[in-house]
Amino acid sequence: MSSQQALREITEQKYRYGFVTEVETDTVPPGLSEETIRLISRKKNEPQFMLDWRLRAYRHWLTLEEPTWPNVHHPKIDYQAIVYYSAPKPKKQLGSMDEVDPELKRAFEKLGIPLVEQQRLAGVAVDAVFDSVSVATTFKKKLADLGILFCSFSEAVREHPALIEKYLGSVVPYSDNFFATLNSAVFSDGSFAYVPKGVRCPMELSTYFRINAKDTGQFERTLIVADEGAQVSYLEGCTAPQRDENQLHAAVVELVALDGAQIKYSTVQNWYPGDAEGRGGIYNFVTKRGKAMNRARISWTQVETGSAITWKYPSVILQGDDSVGEFYSVALCNHRQQADTGTKMIHVGKNTRSTIISKGISAGRGQNTYRGLVKVLKGAVNARNYSQCDSLLIGDRCGAHTFPYLEVRNPTAQVEHEATTSKIGEDQLFYCRQRGIREEDAVSMIVNGFARQVLKELPMEFAVEAQKLLGMSLEGSVG
Amino acid sequence: MTAGEIEAAGGEGGREMLSIEKLKARVADKEILHGVDLVVRPGEVHAIMGPNGSGKSTLAQVLAGRETYQVTGGQVRLEGEDLLALTPEQRAAKGVFLAFQYPVEIPGVGNMYFLRTALNAVRKARGQDELDAMDFLAVAKEKMKLVQMDPAFMSRSVNEGFSGGEKKRNEVLQMAVLEPRLAILDETDSGLDIDALRVVAGGVNALRSPDRAMIVITHYQRLLDYIVPDRVHVMAGGRIVKSGGRELALELEEKGYAEVRRGPAEVRP
Repeated sequence: MSSQQALREITEQKYRYGFVTEVETDTVPPGLSEETIRLISRKKNEPQFMLDWRLRAYRHWLTLEEPTWPNVHHPKIDYQAIVYYSAPKPKKQLGSMDEVDPELKRAFEKLGIPLVEQQRLAGVAVDAVFDSVSVATTFKKKLADLGILFCSFSEAVREHPALIEKYLGSVVPYSDNFFATLNSAVFSDGSFAYVPKGVRCPMELSTYFRINAKDTGQFERTLIVADEGAQVSYLEGCTAPQRDENQLHAAVVELVALDGAQIKYSTVQNWYPGDAEGRGGIYNFVTKRGKAMNRARISWTQVETGSAITWKYPSVILQGDDSVGEFYSVALCNHRQQADTGTKMIHVGKNTRSTIISKGISAGRGQNTYRGLVKVLKGAVNARNYSQCDSLLIGDRCGAHTFPYLEVRNPTAQVEHEATTSKIGEDQLFYCRQRGIREEDAVSMIVNGFARQVLKELPMEFAVEAQKLLGMSLEGSVG
Repeated sequence: MTAGEIEAAGGEGGREMLSIEKLKARVADKEILHGVDLVVRPGEVHAIMGPNGSGKSTLAQVLAGRETYQVTGGQVRLEGEDLLALTPEQRAAKGVFLAFQYPVEIPGVGNMYFLRTALNAVRKARGQDELDAMDFLAVAKEKMKLVQMDPAFMSRSVNEGFSGGEKKRNEVLQMAVLEPRLAILDETDSGLDIDALRVVAGGVNALRSPDRAMIVITHYQRLLDYIVPDRVHVMAGGRIVKSGGRELALELEEKGYAEVRRGPAEVRP
């Protein structure tokens, strides 16, 4: 078997997590109108300010055009064919984990993420978002003792309206961009976390998103606020069932790190990428942004292996002096997957520092684009940025593209950019094989080595999942 | 081949470990090996010398199973088994080891991790238990002394940023850990200063054993002052043109390849 063939076989493995869970869902008819938005808001018993915000967003959205600048290609999306709300029908009020729909639990178990195990083993509080409504929230009490709020977004709107009203849209305004604006109008649920002043969250907060109801676009909204001096690490992971129709996913994540606060946000994304011909995968158009005040630090780490199309730029506004922004990313494109991803680091405050490490892996006929903006405003004295964008090509039918944008308006700024493109070489594979390592293991090893700089930024329990997703054994356990 | 045939083929020197007969190979459209014959017995160290482009490295690569080269004729048997039918990793499991002339860098993959993965892959293929991290560490530490390798190298990426000498030491370390039956050292002396050469040769000599054979490929006789071969072969134009004992290497150094080639070849390859 030639190296090329073997590479192809390895890269053409099927998505393993494709199944549909049968849970009774409460679904509104497809299509988008003010009426749909009022219906969503009513179903969720939202206060007036929330409905007003949604409607403002919707009216603004009507004036916007879908962006065409990303380096991705897909058939036109019919926004009137999308179902904007779908929630599992609770059979009764849930008092504890034991009452969670067994069908749901089985779905999580198939994915290798049993809630109970996670609670016990990893010390992770899991807010399981199944389709659009949170069905299980755990560890709440322990967190509550520290004054930490961690709940579904809907619950936060009802229980903590003042915090929502204060921070919602404070980083990603409803008018931000086509997909964020759509999200603002129709978002169904998501997660909310608030860590009070000086509190260090003792466990990783985690949400497993899962798209389930057929033809249901997912519009999650996540808001994390770390008050002055607070610290929190948040994990987001996704897998989705196999299906034929394209599914739109337009989430918004807002992070607010007040003075001296630290937020670490990690994502492992494994949504259905479509079949080998590119049919049926998820469209993942996500807006993620954080605002770091004085001495605050926001760190994004992402491992992107799924979706037919990924369009996402987790960004940091370095608003306060001495604030720090970090972006660590591994994006893997296989088959006919397309990714246009990167980050924006907006330096506003003095002595602000940002680091960008991007690792793009292209295999099959995948197309991987890094797009990053480093912007240093006039007042950002002594701003520093270091960017490193590496691309790895597997086989000869894929592509890697890099679009770095630099806008520097302060002469004291130092901005560095490094980029490399390499190919898994026949010589590397032969070297491994000569030492007795099977070719597919060698590919995994080389890819893993390539991504190591980013993987090591992930919290340990998440790194394990990332390793599974990249189909390889974890690097560096020895030495 | 039956056991009896192997015995018979072994002739005066005992059983054969490696037998190469009329081996022909090409890369793209160019034939590089035009019929190589060679017999190596357990415990023997053979040196293959020759000018650049004579096919020495090609022979090493073909024996290790590199797919860039196409075998167009002849056969190769390792302990009676058809070597050419095996994949590179299967050959490694059978005990074939190639110390590369240009060891390959694998960024981000820890040297120690790589070596443990290789050892366990080979052990698994041989039906042996895999070693856990602690057991492996003990083995590796022991072997590192052989090549006087600083333990700090083990946590670095495979060959990345290594000097020429460090890369070659690393090759010998891998050989020590993997304990091959047949080790092929392709220009292991190239790029080494005299101190590094001594260390590397010392490591190789420590690995000589009655049931291990070695083929040492070199351009210069200098290496053979340190690794003393049982047999010396001269390769030219894709064939072995002359074979002899240790003294042949010295003669080569004195007279050069052109002169030696003109002399009469020995019968035994």
